[in-house]
Amino acid sequence: MAATQDTIDRIAEASGTYKYGFVTDIESDKAPKGLNEDTIRFISAKKDEPAWMLDWRLKAYRHWLTMKEPDWQKVGYPPIDYQDAYYYAAPKSKDDAPKSLDEVDPELLRTYEKLGIPLKEQEMLAGVAVDAVFDSVSVATTYKKKLEEMGVIFCPISEAVHRFPELVQKYLGSVVPYSDNFFATLNCAVFTDGSFVYVPKGLRCPMELSTYFRINEQNTGQFERTLIIADEGSYVSYLEGCTAPQRDDNQLHAAVVELITMDDAEIKYSTVQNWYPGDSEGKGGIYNFVTKRGACRGKNSKISWTQVETGSAVTWKYPSCILQGDNSVGEFYSVAITNNAQQADTGTKMIHIGKNTRSRIISKGISAGRADQTYRGLVRMLPKAEGARNHTQCDSLLIGDQCGAHTVPYIESRNPTAQVEHEATTSRISDDQLFYCLQRGIPEEDAVALIVNGFCKEVLQTLPMEFAVEAQKLVGISLEGSVG
Amino acid sequence: MALLEIKDLHATVEDDDGNPKPILKGISLTINPGEIHAVMGPNGAGKSTLSNVISGRPGYTVTGGTVTYDGQDLLEMEADERARAGIFLAFQYPVEIPGVATGTFLKTAINARRKANGEPEIEAVDFLKMMKANAKKLGVADSMLKRPVNVGFSGGEKKRAEVLQMAMLEPRLCVLDETDSGLDIDALRVVADGVNALRTPERGMLVITHYQRLLDYIVPDVVHVLADGRIVKSGDKSLALELEAKGYAEFTGAAA
Amino acid sequence: MTDLAPTIPLISDGIAPGAADEPAWLADLRRAGLSVYTERGLPTVKVEAWKYTSLAGLKKIPFVLDDGRARLPDGGDSDALALGPDDALRVTLVNGRLAGVPADLPAGVRIASLAHLLATEPSVVEPHLGRIADLADAPMGALNAALMADGLVVLVAPGTVLERPLHVVSVSNTPDGQARHGHPRHLIVLGDGARATLVESRVSAPGAADSLCNAVTEIALGREARLSHLRHVERADTAVDLDLTEATLGEGATYDTFTLTLGGRLVRNEARVRLRGGGASTALKGAYGARAGQHFDTTLVVDHAVPDATSDQVFKGVVDAGGKAVFQGKIIVRKDAQRTDGNQLHKAMLLARDAEVYTKPELEIYADDVTCSHGATVGELDLNQLFYLMARGIPEADARALLVEAFLDDVVEAVPEGPLREAFLGRVRAWQARRHATTWETS
Repeated sequence: MAATQDTIDRIAEASGTYKYGFVTDIESDKAPKGLNEDTIRFISAKKDEPAWMLDWRLKAYRHWLTMKEPDWQKVGYPPIDYQDAYYYAAPKSKDDAPKSLDEVDPELLRTYEKLGIPLKEQEMLAGVAVDAVFDSVSVATTYKKKLEEMGVIFCPISEAVHRFPELVQKYLGSVVPYSDNFFATLNCAVFTDGSFVYVPKGLRCPMELSTYFRINEQNTGQFERTLIIADEGSYVSYLEGCTAPQRDDNQLHAAVVELITMDDAEIKYSTVQNWYPGDSEGKGGIYNFVTKRGACRGKNSKISWTQVETGSAVTWKYPSCILQGDNSVGEFYSVAITNNAQQADTGTKMIHIGKNTRSRIISKGISAGRADQTYRGLVRMLPKAEGARNHTQCDSLLIGDQCGAHTVPYIESRNPTAQVEHEATTSRISDDQLFYCLQRGIPEEDAVALIVNGFCKEVLQTLPMEFAVEAQKLVGISLEGSVG
Repeated sequence: MALLEIKDLHATVEDDDGNPKPILKGISLTINPGEIHAVMGPNGAGKSTLSNVISGRPGYTVTGGTVTYDGQDLLEMEADERARAGIFLAFQYPVEIPGVATGTFLKTAINARRKANGEPEIEAVDFLKMMKANAKKLGVADSMLKRPVNVGFSGGEKKRAEVLQMAMLEPRLCVLDETDSGLDIDALRVVADGVNALRTPERGMLVITHYQRLLDYIVPDVVHVLADGRIVKSGDKSLALELEAKGYAEFTGAAA
Repeated sequence: MTDLAPTIPLISDGIAPGAADEPAWLADLRRAGLSVYTERGLPTVKVEAWKYTSLAGLKKIPFVLDDGRARLPDGGDSDALALGPDDALRVTLVNGRLAGVPADLPAGVRIASLAHLLATEPSVVEPHLGRIADLADAPMGALNAALMADGLVVLVAPGTVLERPLHVVSVSNTPDGQARHGHPRHLIVLGDGARATLVESRVSAPGAADSLCNAVTEIALGREARLSHLRHVERADTAVDLDLTEATLGEGATYDTFTLTLGGRLVRNEARVRLRGGGASTALKGAYGARAGQHFDTTLVVDHAVPDATSDQVFKGVVDAGGKAVFQGKIIVRKDAQRTDGNQLHKAMLLARDAEVYTKPELEIYADDVTCSHGATVGELDLNQLFYLMARGIPEADARALLVEAFLDDVVEAVPEGPLREAFLGRVRAWQARRHATTWETS
């Protein structure tokens, strides 16, 4: 680990902020297998957390013991033995990792090549034990410095617990309470790390914040916790994930993301999720059970979720908006692609509380192979949501006759002045469209990618530019082998 | 060498009950480079089937005969291979592809060709220049190129866009399937001018039409009359006029 | 069957006294139903299919099982309670018991009381009863199987066309003021090529006390058979009306329904239609108007089990202050059910504060060559339209009434033109007039 440690030291030196947090424990042993209060105390101690943090974790854990794993979603997976897992582990020692790319699934490598990912990054993504991993470290630290000068806080949440305890205490769990749902509650108890962002009043964050710039990223995967606060009149765009398929030895992922916007503030949160989906039978793929929720606390505030979901064996995810502030706006743009044996149950919730709140949902689901996909959404107009509006467009595209596409929207209105419109369609790529492309000389797989990208366009164009281009490529790659 | 040589071609299409229904019953014709052939015939004669079989549309089964294109067995090639080999079908009903800009679509098609030929992708600037020049010639507005392929296009716009694609993809054999249908006289002239501009000594064309009108503008070297899956008469351009004057019944020997 | 768990409501007072010599298949049917119901009990909002409709309130009412003795009230005329005069053949049911069979039925048509057939010719109903409906996941339907005593049986022989509509007036009556629950069971079987129009009015006798009518209707349509099923539900505010209709359609069969719901404390119209033959088609349409204290639930499942079938669901409704409406519609397209055409639309209008509507339009699709869509809207009256009418001098209240009527009439047109459609439109107007008057008085 010498070189890795060296890298970390370099970053710590540059930013002067890595005094606390998991980084210092990087060489430590893992917690014993299984989940109990001692595991949680161990995690908290490793992170040198203040008492309030440990108390919160324990409260969550005790509540979790009373909860039942949800079974209403339309996905199936073998039972998870929560006692047969490690909840805290230092990065894997190099002995267990693949020695070189030769030991990595060739399918994965093929995809990396198609996406044009440099060799070094391929090694990193595939979890190969390499030495110098961060070519972009100096870039990252430069950006970090610039951000701090402007007053933007962007750091690991474990660091924020120490440096900005008042902010963390005030907002952590304020959108997704510790008792929210089975997986979120588990996350509260055992989360290891994640991002913390605070954008001060009136500041328009001039660059896209990306986990790419945040170092020591690889090991936050399993129970990631993200908290983003946009203070009055501020704006921030946050990018999560990466188009390249990522491997992880931990099959269960249960992340929590909380967003908060004050008056006139806006958060744009974009995700490209491409966790390893497993082999063509779904074996070895990630279970991605995520709770993402934003609260538009202030008037005229806005939260916009854009997601491109192509990975994982099982996805369970409903990025939502609680529209409390008058005139606040919630948006959800989603492309979900499932191929082979993948399953996804995803959608959103728009809870309209304030006056003149607006929400817009565009969901594009593509199902191929033997995959099953469900859009599940809730639009709720509460009695005080005077003049509120929602528009939902929910389209499914089926490729092949072995897959499934399902739509389950819930629409609840208790205010006569609120308007809700929901439309959903299901179709397939028509033979005519395909032949038209073929007749212009475009090979079948490219034609499918082209047509599907057209189908997803409304969503992809909401992504930041560089992400959008990669996502387009990803759409094609994800559907390979689905026709012919 | 002939550009396209069709010999005793028989083809069937599946009817609603899934049974093969013979449509082409022994067609032979040869198109040499530089020639324009017109195929005329009443509804149901097999005109569209002929264009679909040449371009390799799924759903048609060739039950006999041969089709040779530039010395190669065309029937052995996939639809996209045929297109890359230089066969262009101007569709009677151009298909809408929502969300895919016309420009993007054309660039994808051009690059598919280049890739197959081992050439690098076209430079964005060159492509734009080429597209704008062609669009101007055909009176296609820039805004149309940004719109999704054929989505919300009027009948005339769709046909113009077909000819624009034809100009951009530089085919060796153009098959125009009832390109005149749904066009008013002004649009017809623009489209015909676009097609005529593509007449070269190397390029062959097969113009399929129901009416003689189009052939006033695109003057053919040879005219074939197709009826009930067979070519019942071939001749020079005067045959089209004769057909217009006498009607199809005269040639098919039946009320068509 | 004597040691019933007394904690399960509705069966604590004993079950229907099935005749001691009931055939074994019927006893099995009852036992199976009872077992589903005792296992699941009254559905609560925790059950997905009942997410927005709670039956918990039923526990508080001291219901007794209807004894079959109630008749129409003295001088009672089912015509007056129903849609109004029409040219239909008339059948009256009181608390689910058949009160007489029309004379001069055309050949090939048999109309009988279920109780009568079970007692005398059980073999006539055996091939159908309990075989069309799958009640394993429907606790209330299962309870019906356990407790059913009577109902209407309509058998139309292959090729027979019943020209005149058959109008069934179901009256609930509680002459002694005792809260009653009853479990009517109807069976409609149309042979190949048969055709009929069935009109159903579900109403209450004046002054009725609390009642629960928990009906199940089984419908089997043979090849190319056509059934037009028109329903008018206008129960009293004391009535809970749960209706589960299960239909299976053979090749080329058509099942068209129109349901107008305007009265009752809690009404649930649940329909499950299985398209089992190519070319089968169903149109499930309806309208509702719910006011204070009323809860109307429409739950539809259309199951495309084979290729080339068509379905269409269109419901429109208005909800006034204190009213609550639920629409749950589902289209299932099974694997291999290619070339399915399935559509669904629900439009609701909230007329006032404190009105609620819950919509869940669902698609569950396992075949790719399909055209399926759904749409749902919730909102208020179009204010531009309202202004337009007022600008032409029409008073606001009249303008509102006009627009509400126009909104609902649009879907009432699903009823074939003629006296029946007029009768349905008449009910909408009467509802609107009452509402108008109330608004007038209170404002």
